[in-house]
Amino acid sequence: MSQQGNNMNIEVFREQILQAAKSNTSLSIEGGGTKSWYGNANTSPKLDARGYSGILEYQPEELVITACAGTPLKEIEMALEAKNQILPFEPPHFGETATFGGVIASGLAGPARISAGNLRDFVLGARVMDGNGRDLSFGGKVMKNVAGYDVSRLLPGSLGTFALLLEASVKVLPRPAATATLRCYVTQDHALKLLNEWAGQPISLTASCWIGSTNPEEKGELTIRICGAIAAVHASATLISVSIGAKELDATTASGFWKNLREQKLDALESLSENETLYRLSLPAACGPLQALNMSPEIVLEWHGQQRWWKGPGDDETFNALKALANANGGHATRFRQGSDVNPSNQRFTLLSEQAHSKALEMVQKRLRAAFDPVGVFATNRLS
Amino acid sequence: MSVDPFTRTAVVQPGVRNLAISEAVAHLGLHYAPDPSSQIACSIGGNVNENSGGVHCLKYGLTLHNVLRVRAILMNGEIVEFGSLAPDSPGLDLLAVLMGSEGMLAVVTEVTVKLLPKPKLARVIMASFDDIEKGGNAVAAIIAAGIIPAGLEMMDKATTRAVEEFVHAGYDLEAEAILLCESDGTPEEVAEEIERMTEVLQKAGASGIQVSQDESERLRFWSGRKNAFPAAGRLAPDYYCMDGTIPRRNISTLLKRIHSMENKYGLACLNVFHAGDGNMHPLILFNGADQEEWHRAEEFGTEILEACVQLGGTITGEHGVGIEKINSMCIQFGEGERESFWGVKSAFDPEKLLNPDKAIPTLTRCAEYGRMRISGGKLPHPELERF
Repeated sequence: MSQQGNNMNIEVFREQILQAAKSNTSLSIEGGGTKSWYGNANTSPKLDARGYSGILEYQPEELVITACAGTPLKEIEMALEAKNQILPFEPPHFGETATFGGVIASGLAGPARISAGNLRDFVLGARVMDGNGRDLSFGGKVMKNVAGYDVSRLLPGSLGTFALLLEASVKVLPRPAATATLRCYVTQDHALKLLNEWAGQPISLTASCWIGSTNPEEKGELTIRICGAIAAVHASATLISVSIGAKELDATTASGFWKNLREQKLDALESLSENETLYRLSLPAACGPLQALNMSPEIVLEWHGQQRWWKGPGDDETFNALKALANANGGHATRFRQGSDVNPSNQRFTLLSEQAHSKALEMVQKRLRAAFDPVGVFATNRLS
Repeated sequence: MSVDPFTRTAVVQPGVRNLAISEAVAHLGLHYAPDPSSQIACSIGGNVNENSGGVHCLKYGLTLHNVLRVRAILMNGEIVEFGSLAPDSPGLDLLAVLMGSEGMLAVVTEVTVKLLPKPKLARVIMASFDDIEKGGNAVAAIIAAGIIPAGLEMMDKATTRAVEEFVHAGYDLEAEAILLCESDGTPEEVAEEIERMTEVLQKAGASGIQVSQDESERLRFWSGRKNAFPAAGRLAPDYYCMDGTIPRRNISTLLKRIHSMENKYGLACLNVFHAGDGNMHPLILFNGADQEEWHRAEEFGTEILEACVQLGGTITGEHGVGIEKINSMCIQFGEGERESFWGVKSAFDPEKLLNPDKAIPTLTRCAEYGRMRISGGKLPHPELERF
């Protein structure tokens, strides 16, 4: 049974936080546990965030939904579906039990991210409990709000290391009137050029994926998605299919493909041998095809090439080389998922101190955390 | 400083005017989307510090959504970069906190903005309503129909009359409210959207609907909205512009409350607003030479902001808190939140040297100037001495 906004459980959270502060221990916040493999490993005692669950407010004409962090993601998506609206950043579930809080804390977005924007762009406000047990609300439920610092937008991607998320208000959007998915076969270099060119034209290109070989001569499979008004989608789809001979996929195949890409269920992303790691590279639009030693001959490009998935050995040498490569191109690298034999205590993220022009922000970040969590109740090192 | 048409980005110095960016990239078929009404004069550095929006932000977002990277100097002299040209950066998202921070956290020295393809066509519908409530409901109905217009603005009768005399835009002077709904994109997209919006507006009870037939007519329909402020300046020696934001469904409730406040304070108020995002700009007319009238205008403004918070909104949508609205921060935020804001400030600027008087009130200030309502004889912060 759903415990709709049960405030009693907030007191339970407070107790647990104050107790942890007293005994100088950290708490690992967990919802449905579908993304517990993401980020640095930690063995801290768990705080189960599912006790505070339910949709608190949803007015479709306001384009805002407010829900407790423990609300199942499925419940939120069903409520939106009934009103023909969507979470525009297309969050991955990675399992049946994914929660709203987990979506925000992981900060992960799906194929639509390149056009719709990042998850944090849609967070309008949040209610959190900090490491002192204070119940705080930031931001609001309206589109525009510049009163006070935008603390609520520090939560996305913080992996539970900043504060306990209790509630969040996010902006939602109407489901586009029409969608078309097209596929063609081009080399990686050609795909990157086409995608950037299209993105500069009034075509509502909302997602792209190129899967193929890192050999520059070989063609790979480029799939793109166009969404918007019926007539506009038709006009753009015709223009693109004529210009590069792309074929339109039927609706079922298309939605299956985008869902599998989002959930990493495509063969190119899912199968991972014991010694392998799935690396994620986050890169500027200008970055061309990349080469690195020992990496898989197959690579997956999303977000017009700005998010790349590449399998390779899980050792530090490989990760360091990828970090250097991404950094040299203005981006960063992450050990996203690791095979069963790869050292679980590996550092998963690029650190601020490893990035040019970000070193001094490490101190800012440290002081910021201390302001909300002086004892370090949420300092699980999952992110750093 | 540089424009890259391939990656659709421009790197600019903070003093560059907002409109100058779109002008510089127009020949590439690109533009910088956030368009505050003051875009001819306001600078991008200021936009970052206020997280500015504009009439098109319902569809294209605020500054936050259109800036990729900000280079800034911290108070200890270190040069840092917030965000990056990649879709995300390591660590906490500090760029989001810098946005709208009113120069209190760091000094912005360079901004990398996202450029979007310039829409091929834009057309605007001008709809009249004989009742303000119908106008407010029409706004909600458009959004509920799954349409995100490029712009959705509303003016009340007092504003329409004031601006019509000034710009001769051809507004319906009998209408209690006028809605401007813009559609932009490819010609196919615009045709489809205009048809759907017209249908929704008719159902919502619009007493008159006109669709711009060409660019000059579109600009004429907009001219009144864009000239509301100078028109207000012709009606009274001074005006006080508020900037509250409320949920869209409460637009007509707030307008009715403002009308009764006009009687209470004996001052007139014009209402123009970004209806699509519930961002209201009530303009309170007064004579600043009269100290007592000035005081009444300030009280009037504070009451409007209180009403915004009561109706589920915020005291300021896009123009920042600065110094003027600092006391209203006490209405919106509790002690814990205000204390946390000081924590954020100190994390960036431990000595509190940057813009020290702006944006966050201290506890003492809230108690003294907060203009909170005392209900049931319970005085807020009874432990503090007052004057």
